[in-house]
Amino acid sequence: MYHKTNSYKVFSIFNYTLLAVLSLICLIPLIHILAVSFSGKAPANANLVGLLPVQFTIDAYSQTLANENFLRSLWVSFVRTGLGTLISMVVVICAAYPLSKEIGNFKRKKVYTWFFVFTMLFNGGLIPFYILIQNLNMMNTLWVLILPGAVSVWNIILLLNFFKNVPKELEEAAFIDGAGYLRTLVSVYLPVSMPAIATLSLFAMVGHWNSWFDGMIFMTDYKNYPLATFLQTIIVQQDFSKVSVRPEDLENISQRTVKAAQIFIGMAPILLVYPFLQRFFVKGIVIGAVKE
Amino acid sequence: MKYSSTQAVEKIASAPSLPDVRKSRKWRRTIVLDLLLLPAVILTFVFAYIPMSGLVIAFQDYKPWLGFAKSSWIGLEHFEYLFSTKENMQVIWNTLIIAGMKVVGGLIAPLVFALLLNEVRKAAFKRTVQTFVYLPHFLSWVILGGILIDMLSTKGLINQFLVAVLHIEPIFFLGEGNWFRVVVVVSDIWKEFGFGAIIFLASLAGINPSLYEAAEVDGANRWQQTWSITLPSLIPIMIVVGTLSLGNILNAGFDQIFNLYNALVFDKGDIIDTFVYRVGIVDGKFGFSAAVGLFKSVVGFVLIVAAYRAAYKFANYRIF
Repeated sequence: MYHKTNSYKVFSIFNYTLLAVLSLICLIPLIHILAVSFSGKAPANANLVGLLPVQFTIDAYSQTLANENFLRSLWVSFVRTGLGTLISMVVVICAAYPLSKEIGNFKRKKVYTWFFVFTMLFNGGLIPFYILIQNLNMMNTLWVLILPGAVSVWNIILLLNFFKNVPKELEEAAFIDGAGYLRTLVSVYLPVSMPAIATLSLFAMVGHWNSWFDGMIFMTDYKNYPLATFLQTIIVQQDFSKVSVRPEDLENISQRTVKAAQIFIGMAPILLVYPFLQRFFVKGIVIGAVKE
Repeated sequence: MKYSSTQAVEKIASAPSLPDVRKSRKWRRTIVLDLLLLPAVILTFVFAYIPMSGLVIAFQDYKPWLGFAKSSWIGLEHFEYLFSTKENMQVIWNTLIIAGMKVVGGLIAPLVFALLLNEVRKAAFKRTVQTFVYLPHFLSWVILGGILIDMLSTKGLINQFLVAVLHIEPIFFLGEGNWFRVVVVVSDIWKEFGFGAIIFLASLAGINPSLYEAAEVDGANRWQQTWSITLPSLIPIMIVVGTLSLGNILNAGFDQIFNLYNALVFDKGDIIDTFVYRVGIVDGKFGFSAAVGLFKSVVGFVLIVAAYRAAYKFANYRIF
């Protein structure tokens, strides 16, 4: 009814316009940086580039991809993201399954749950963590990027809530057929939980890909920097001392167009997984957050 | 006959021990569950619980070459120093101000956006808007910091726009303390408002449509319906989001600040986390920095527990 009133029509026009503007505000920075990355050196440095490339060229990309430091960091990031996601998901699945059991079937569940949840509420902070990593001799290893974050309590909670909604009859049928807990997890729970597992894997991938701070403090050798850390030093801190040796590299690397290209390559994997991510994640988040 | 009665006797004789048998069998079955939990337990113990014990250095004059055992104890000296100097107190203030503005903005912006989006009837338009506004959430502050530093420079896109439209002098967004705070708060809202709206949209979808039908029959217009049905229905989730974000009031966003700030704005832009990093890792004052971190962890713990309690009490929210 109210859809037909004149004031609602006016509101609708205003509303659609505002939402379109908000969408554009979220997109314009990305479009701008893309335009800069495809522009010629001179117009970019003179700030003549808006939302379309001026003097279109792919020089910035060919220079970026010819930079061995950039490629090495890209490789570190790929390895870190692949291995880190795999390990984290195995650990999270293995932990979420027991914690999804009824307390009557698994009495010690409560102790375990608090053991994990407490780490969400209180932590030692940066300095003791840093000292620990030094004492474990994990500086400059790939493991420091993978193991400390592998147990994501938040992901465990999301997944255990998903497991709880798996019909009990499925598990009982598996038990009657002689399957143990492990078999039930692999053959019953995993196949029916693929949407949740895919969501959490994508979250873990995004997390690993975006993570830069651990690389910065635990890698004293820039050769071990993941891409996000590399970009942080080059683009944000503008500190070229650690990643560039030759003067001609320095020249190339500090160009505005090259920086834009690097930023764009840095977010490209996210833009690629985003469509898949988007299909799943709303459901996953709502499961974890809204409880009736 | 005799055979079966012996069996019966045996059964009766063994009856008292039956629960024990069952218990041990159950234990043996569930030990698989303990084994499944083992990797997570070990990793959590090593990387979360051991650092907690490392907090003792907050009460020590910690020297890395002496370790925890041999460094001398100095009691609360680090804490006294933290609260006695103006510069240090300023850091705590900055944290509270920036985080406080983020809490308010981070509650209102997603709420308003969700309400507006909820009025959209065209599904395709709605989906397109959602796709675009969720996107920044998934990009890191390194990437966004790089883009923002470029766009906010005195010759950047935003200043070009402001100069052309408003005919004002270019604004030094990232070099002036007050503007820096504005940038931090606005860019945080920009990055998260879409994603934050998801939870409100989910709640909106859960409102019983018959309430609106009844209101229409009574002649309520859309504004009245929003005011007397939609908003009251959202109050529980608003309390949850609001209290939980208050629990994080000491987290003003390390990633963001670190990727946007520079020495020019340390006085107004330094927050506890960036301060801990600069004093601890960069300057090597481990003991003092750990003390600041401990202060933050303890206050944060109290706030989060209080927030969860409040969320449970007022909105019946539980994470389990």
